[in-house]
Amino acid sequence: MRKLGNQRHALIEALHSLQQSFGYLDKPGLTYVAASLKIPLSRVYGVATFYNHFTLKPQGEHACVVCTGTACYIKGARELLKSVSAQQGIGPGETSPDGRLSVLTARCFGACGLAPVVVIDSDVVGRLTPDLLQQKLRGVTSRAR
Amino acid sequence: MLAEELKAIASQERDASASRTACINVCGAAGCHSLESNALKDALVEAAAVQGYSAETYAVRKVGCLGLCGAGPLVSVDPSGILYQRVKPSDAAELIGSLDGPPVERIRLDSSLPFFARQKRIVLENSGRIDPERLEDYIAADGYLALTKVLSEMTPLEVVAEIHKSGLRGRGGAGYPTGLKWGTVAKAIGSPKLVICNADEGDPGAFMDRSVLESDPHRVLEGMAIAAYATGASEGYIYVRAEYPLAVERLKTAIRLAERHGLLGNNICGSSFNFRIFIRLGAGAFVCGEETALIASIEGLRGTPRPRPPYPAESGLWRHPTLINNVETYANVAPIIRNGASWFAQIGTERSKGTKVFALAGAIANAGLIEVPMGITLRDIIFQIGGGIPEGRAFKAVQTGGPSGGCIPESFLDTPVDYETLSKLGSIMGSGGMIVMDETSSMVDVARYFMEFCMTESCGKCIPCRAGTAQMHELLGRFTNQTAGPSDLGLLESLCDMVKHTSLCGLGQSAPNPVISTLRYFRAEYEAGFAREGVS
Repeated sequence: MRKLGNQRHALIEALHSLQQSFGYLDKPGLTYVAASLKIPLSRVYGVATFYNHFTLKPQGEHACVVCTGTACYIKGARELLKSVSAQQGIGPGETSPDGRLSVLTARCFGACGLAPVVVIDSDVVGRLTPDLLQQKLRGVTSRAR
Repeated sequence: MLAEELKAIASQERDASASRTACINVCGAAGCHSLESNALKDALVEAAAVQGYSAETYAVRKVGCLGLCGAGPLVSVDPSGILYQRVKPSDAAELIGSLDGPPVERIRLDSSLPFFARQKRIVLENSGRIDPERLEDYIAADGYLALTKVLSEMTPLEVVAEIHKSGLRGRGGAGYPTGLKWGTVAKAIGSPKLVICNADEGDPGAFMDRSVLESDPHRVLEGMAIAAYATGASEGYIYVRAEYPLAVERLKTAIRLAERHGLLGNNICGSSFNFRIFIRLGAGAFVCGEETALIASIEGLRGTPRPRPPYPAESGLWRHPTLINNVETYANVAPIIRNGASWFAQIGTERSKGTKVFALAGAIANAGLIEVPMGITLRDIIFQIGGGIPEGRAFKAVQTGGPSGGCIPESFLDTPVDYETLSKLGSIMGSGGMIVMDETSSMVDVARYFMEFCMTESCGKCIPCRAGTAQMHELLGRFTNQTAGPSDLGLLESLCDMVKHTSLCGLGQSAPNPVISTLRYFRAEYEAGFAREGVS
């Protein structure tokens, strides 16, 4: 925040840094940002909930983000999502009870040439089938980050 | 940096590349990057060293997008121009070993394919040819020549006139004449003036801007600097999606390098012109592609649009006169200045000049990024360049313009692509996403998919969009579940009309487009969704 001169318009940038450091936005964090940028907490909350990128819930150890952009949708993103949900027993936006994996969806990573695409942690994996994805996820969740 | 210094760097770079026997270019854009092109590059460097080639004679470089993302990772070899596809690190030794002999046919990609031959590259001319992280590469490709030209030879008014004469129109989708926009900002009263680059490529299925930013970031910076000079602006902002970390990284590098060499900052190229560029990250909101919502987002607010007028050209970011253009629009500026407006104006059709970059994806053989002259037919794009539909399936429709566009059926494939004809067909040019669908796709389902997108992305400020999209989504669900009644079709049509004409911003106004166009061309599929006897 100091880098951006504690200016009010730096709110989104500040939330980005906060989420990058802690993985999600918690109340003490939001209160701190509000106080230092001199913005009402209600407005900080409003901005944090408006944008899809920000999350107010703690995330699992690993993240599996299924792209639901048009190209991936045509190429079977729905089946991918269904199979992951069935395998892990959680729906999109949820974290498995043991806290190891979060299943999320996103709108397009711009890697449509490889559709359907899933981002596991920060690796983009393309040309997936439900079986291949389950295999990959088993590999990811069995090893500690 | 002065014009002479630029020339010196350019000739130095050209000498260096002329003295090399071959240069191996590995694609490092997001598609190939995710297929581990970095490991491939390391393997190639290692193989070259093992086989005794020195770095001076055989260089291995990381370059921007080579276009055919579906066949990545791609490798090209200069000067022979040989292309390789789906190259694995284990192929590295064989590839290097073939440098002095015949190419490796097993992984070779025919570069005379229509995919490459039918393209005309202006925006993407350096894509896949230069290392996006080296300023010298861009300068050697005539980079920043246009900026030094406008600073030393042209007045701001002359620059605006030149862009106007070229016939360039906004590449973000709406196609507003760029010269007119620049002229309005130049004439606006108030200071400082600001320049914004809209790189919030929210349309799912479009990746043109990402590719330009990753492959040739300096081109966008140069275009913005020229726009700032023409309009009298001193600060610029690039609003880029947080989902594109590689593009953000390369932009940051490019800005740093340009500032260090005096191509951005104070007294650019020894003139009295000052211009600085800042990056602002988006946070995943489709509506922020709308210019007033984007401005709100840069100000740190919720990204909701506001009624226009006043247009941003008069009262934009922090109420200053603001010029907003899309990445691809800025990328067209430098070549227009360099080669002249009349050169640009001879490409394309009567009212749509130049080229357009499309992101081809979906049910198509050659998925990837293409740049074609305006006026080419959809059939040529899909069946010649795109290589047709894979797995022997039949073509059904092509969707352009994303959630704001429409689906075009086979019978209209021979219409030339330009702003006017596409909107006549009920679609839009849009930012350039082009999704091909085969016979297995249900059009009602596609319409519902886009409606769900618009529903969740609606900012909620105006009621027609907030409530209308939810109602339409619900209605479309009845058709996909086959529980719809005959009156639902009429209701859907009147809702489309209402949302289209009463919404505040472009998101709502164009949200019904996918429904209207599929109703127009694929009405039978909707009628098949009526509840059957005994089913309710």
